[in-house]
Amino acid sequence: MTKTPNNWTGRDDAMVETMIRGGASRRDLLKMLMASGVGAVAGGSVFMRAGAAVAATPVSGGSLRAAGWSSSTADTLDPAKASLSTDYVRCCAFYNRLTFLDEHGQVQMELAQSVSSDDAQTWEVALKPGVLFHDGHTLNADDVVYSLKRHLDESVGSKANSIAKQMTEISKLDDLTVKIVLETPNADLPTILALHHFMILVDGTTDFSKANGTGAFICEVFEPGVRSIAVKNPNYFKDQGAYLDSFEFIAITDNNARVNALLSNDIQLAAAVNPRSVRMLDGQDHVRTSVSTSGNYTNLNIRLDMEPGAKFDFVEGMKSLINREMIQKSVLRGFAEIGNDQPVSSANRYHNPNLAPRAFDPEKAKYHFEKAGLLGAEIPMVASDAAGSSIDMATVMQQAGRDIGMNLSVDRVPSDGYWSNYWLKAPVHFGNINPRPTPDILFSLLYSSDAPWNESHYKSDKFDKMMLEARGALDEDKRTAMYWDMQEMIANEAGTIIPAYISNVDAVSAKLGGLRPNPLGGMMGYAFAEYVWLNA
Amino acid sequence: MILSRMPWFLIAQRLGIALLTLIVVSFAVFFATELLPGDVAEILLGQAATPEAVAGLRDAMGLDQPALSRFIGWLIGLLGGDFGTSYVNNMPVAELIGGRLVNSLKLAGLTTLLAVPVALTLGISAAMWRNSIFDRIISMLTISVISVPEFMVATLSVLIFAVWLDWLPALSFGVNVDSWSAILRAYAMPVITLGFVVSAQMIRMTRAAVIETINTPYVEMALLKGASRSRMVLRHALPNALGPIANAVALSLSYLVGGVIIVETIFNYPGVAKLMLDAVSTRDLPLIQSCAMIFCVSYLLLITLADLVAILSNPRLR
Repeated sequence: MTKTPNNWTGRDDAMVETMIRGGASRRDLLKMLMASGVGAVAGGSVFMRAGAAVAATPVSGGSLRAAGWSSSTADTLDPAKASLSTDYVRCCAFYNRLTFLDEHGQVQMELAQSVSSDDAQTWEVALKPGVLFHDGHTLNADDVVYSLKRHLDESVGSKANSIAKQMTEISKLDDLTVKIVLETPNADLPTILALHHFMILVDGTTDFSKANGTGAFICEVFEPGVRSIAVKNPNYFKDQGAYLDSFEFIAITDNNARVNALLSNDIQLAAAVNPRSVRMLDGQDHVRTSVSTSGNYTNLNIRLDMEPGAKFDFVEGMKSLINREMIQKSVLRGFAEIGNDQPVSSANRYHNPNLAPRAFDPEKAKYHFEKAGLLGAEIPMVASDAAGSSIDMATVMQQAGRDIGMNLSVDRVPSDGYWSNYWLKAPVHFGNINPRPTPDILFSLLYSSDAPWNESHYKSDKFDKMMLEARGALDEDKRTAMYWDMQEMIANEAGTIIPAYISNVDAVSAKLGGLRPNPLGGMMGYAFAEYVWLNA
Repeated sequence: MILSRMPWFLIAQRLGIALLTLIVVSFAVFFATELLPGDVAEILLGQAATPEAVAGLRDAMGLDQPALSRFIGWLIGLLGGDFGTSYVNNMPVAELIGGRLVNSLKLAGLTTLLAVPVALTLGISAAMWRNSIFDRIISMLTISVISVPEFMVATLSVLIFAVWLDWLPALSFGVNVDSWSAILRAYAMPVITLGFVVSAQMIRMTRAAVIETINTPYVEMALLKGASRSRMVLRHALPNALGPIANAVALSLSYLVGGVIIVETIFNYPGVAKLMLDAVSTRDLPLIQSCAMIFCVSYLLLITLADLVAILSNPRLR
């Protein structure tokens, strides 16, 4: 990047790219750049560079090696057990879901032709005809019934068990139609079916040493904790099949090693690089970054059922004491969006844009702490590397607290066992929540009175009632209005402080085309393999 | 050479102790694993671990039996050469370990081939010309190599040789290894990184051991009788220093099988150290135990070998 200004970073690149995708013309872009003080000359070259990444025709052929960030002997080809990015990437390459979420968070059909219902309780899934599995078997309703029902069997150990439980009846109507009856109406079923765990298998599959799916790639080698090699599926049912001839997926745990491997061209995609390394990539012409904000966040949880959170003024104080801008800018190096204490990020179509984040106001915080009678008391905040960036966030709060005479201490604990020993348990602690596709999943998991992960022990009958009502509402406007109200309730009443939604930064070779951000997560919601291509 | 009964007895004793150590280590590892929070079912389900789901999975995996009886069962199976089945992915442990143990041994073997001759030559010659400029340079270098952490050496060498100069691949596994030059290229950086670490230790220990024997009266006597410096060291001092040197070499090398987690991580090299780490973080008892046994066996093997060298090189024991 020789012709661009000195302070230009990968983030700016991504911003320009996003604008072009959003339909910005060269003039719009120059206006934006002029406004931010960057010269017109630089603007031109940036437009060319980012433009080249977007507007390109797919090229067939070639072999891609991509590296994720974690891999172990627990790697699995069983979609029900999939728990890490590594598993999701493989499952997306080898299998298909009934539906999937596109880059705008809208539901699209994959193996299903339609998913329809009149009352949001009884659903009919019509399947595409003539879809072939890798072993030649043709997809039919039995496969779908088996693939969905196995999540209800506890001996399978499915991660989606609690979500799948609402499907009280899953039955075959005819060869290409499946009926799903839900416990209570839920208009989100098409989105739920897009979860990575609901990949479709052949009826009766129990052996997962190899993957037999309908996906764009056929599994050739799978060694848990080492690598997998996939070759293109010649019988793929989509017109736009995979562009790559083959694709290898490995994991390089160490961030620097992952970046170095990309820089030396040993891999073409390094997933989730640390924002700190982006500086290293900036001077290089043969690599670029792809940034996606998908709603992952690290939050500060204050339990409302025990001291000090039982005094709600303490919670109010903390909400004013947290410097969101500083966390976004310094702790997360700009690769984040400022959050407003509720879990539905702007990547979600139900996000409430009118709910402004609270301002950093130490004086107001002091007033609330005084009112709670806690000014000067020592209050420990439990933080750990397990909840990404939480130690830095805690330090930012500690500093701000010191300035107003508040004695917040940072209680740093090890990653191993954090989720079972401290998370949900300590009075003031940090958590980390991965993106979920619907507000309903977030709310029922994290905020309803009987939610399994009710981080701040928030209880509200009104909220519970609204959640059930919104869940069954097929009227989109009514639903949106309710979700907006519920986001406001969480932001004002719950004890969870969500300072920022963290972006995911993937670093890729400049030759890699077709990679677009997706609300389900980095690497195009882990499904990049079938959409990307390698330019010569 | 006719050996008296004495060394055979000593050797048998060594082997007996080795076997006992193995069993003790195995139990120690078992109890340590039991102390870790959570079991494999909870870890696998992660955040989705509701009590019913955990109970269901435990039942399906046969984890409802008491841990001790599962462990004893595994130990009995081991006597018959069966390493058991991994809880996490239901693959035989032998299959999981097999390929990766070969990888680890390859790396360890290549490093040994490079490091041991270099270290012994440098260590002995440094002792031979003690306090010379040469000796001082060697000492300085070894101390600095010991003080620089491995990940630093590894990351820097990747940055220089793979990213800037583009001579070598940044990863050691998954790159083409179809020709000798490709193998050399792939292994160059990890072997050199490990070689640095282990040989620095060996050089210092060798030098110290040789110097200690040089200081004994009988070597001084050899010098007074007019033996050359090299004859004095190689013929008179070295045989007596062999025991301690062998021990130092064994200690350094034992690290190569199980302790190279950093090199395995940075060069993305699938060996047994990373496997053990995976096993511990998923509480996969059969895999943990099998890895621990392998580390322990390789350690004991090297130490016993060193003891043998010491016994055989000592005329008083021979």
